[in-house]
Amino acid sequence: MSLDPVVLFFLLGLVARLGRSELRIPEALYETLSIYLLLAIGLKGGVQLAIQPLGMIWPVALAAMLVSALTPLLAYPILRRAVGLGAADAASIGAHYGSVSVVTFAVAQSALIRAGWAPDAWLAVLVALMEAPGIVVGVMLARRAGLSSRAADSGRASRGGRAGWGALAHEVLFGKALILLAGGMVIGWLAGPTGLEPIEPVFMGLFKGVLALFLLELGLVAGGRLRDLRRAGPRLLAFGLLAPPVLGALACGFGWLLGLSVAGMTSLATLAASASYIAAPTAMRIAVPQANPALSIGLALGVTFPFNMLVGIPLYLSLARWLAGV
Amino acid sequence: MQWHPRKLLTVITEGVIERQVIADCLRLGAHGYTVLEVRGGGLGGEREGAWEADRSIELQVVCSAEVAERIAEHVLEQYAPDYAVTLYLSEVQVFRGQKF
Repeated sequence: MSLDPVVLFFLLGLVARLGRSELRIPEALYETLSIYLLLAIGLKGGVQLAIQPLGMIWPVALAAMLVSALTPLLAYPILRRAVGLGAADAASIGAHYGSVSVVTFAVAQSALIRAGWAPDAWLAVLVALMEAPGIVVGVMLARRAGLSSRAADSGRASRGGRAGWGALAHEVLFGKALILLAGGMVIGWLAGPTGLEPIEPVFMGLFKGVLALFLLELGLVAGGRLRDLRRAGPRLLAFGLLAPPVLGALACGFGWLLGLSVAGMTSLATLAASASYIAAPTAMRIAVPQANPALSIGLALGVTFPFNMLVGIPLYLSLARWLAGV
Repeated sequence: MQWHPRKLLTVITEGVIERQVIADCLRLGAHGYTVLEVRGGGLGGEREGAWEADRSIELQVVCSAEVAERIAEHVLEQYAPDYAVTLYLSEVQVFRGQKF
């Protein structure tokens, strides 16, 4: 199968950056594109969510949150012992992998359509649900290791919040990603397919093109992050390549047990295998400032994101097809 | 027209802690602030400001010498150990002394 053009846009950004091109996507455009993508995914998901039987949704939702919360617990001891990282970095990287990447989900949806499978857009609800548990568990692991955050604690006296969790909860629950995704879903759910018709040309028709532009920018950012990976060492790079297929296979298995479709299993596996680079970096920078963001972001964007796009998603689709026997 | 000597405290730091730093400044006696989005590089590498986790801000506070010292001390103690922080002080003259 030929490469999805959106993936080629990512590679273009990567090449431009590595070739030291002066190409830069203005920050305001990046912001606009990411707002658009989060809203569009939410809207599509909300419309489909309204017609899903509730009995189908909640077991999948629970399994997804469980996978997100388990990921840092699985990753932490491996990162500590096998990779040799300190507690702060192990907890932070675990949280990045526990949380999810919306754009990887969007690329998986696009890949499913290209391969002839009707994607389950309602699974966007899982993107919203899987954002936070991994981050919370990651922060708990760091706190258990005796790491605290002066930034998260700051303002405790003035706002009366509890030791840092207040600032962190606010950062995650009212962060851009969750507000737009959940907000889009509620709007889509309330408006329904007919209500959304007038705005469909913008949010559905232009989706793939906007995704392509966003991936061009992500390619540029990822290219800039590759330098940081030189400090990471081969063990951490191996983690970035091995964690996605292991987590993806685990989630695929969960999806199969829950009776998800091939597209559903692939989407769930992709989410579990993806690492966050919007919500988690900001939340972890505040909650565990001792961790080196260059490592976690370099790994999430420079290794795991391209791996999932090029190898992971086709792999999860094959596994899902094998499990479903089609 | 009368001039009043004040201090201009400039804090260049990571965008993720903008809200906390501003809240601290106001709590420690600043009457106002100005925030600019900036990019740059230093000992800790480059910060290009291309996306969320990479944003940097320049926070400017015009205030009395005592308030400037309080804020600077607090920022150095709370944030400088873990975050990218550049801090400097300059002399400025303002027209309306009661405002700062």
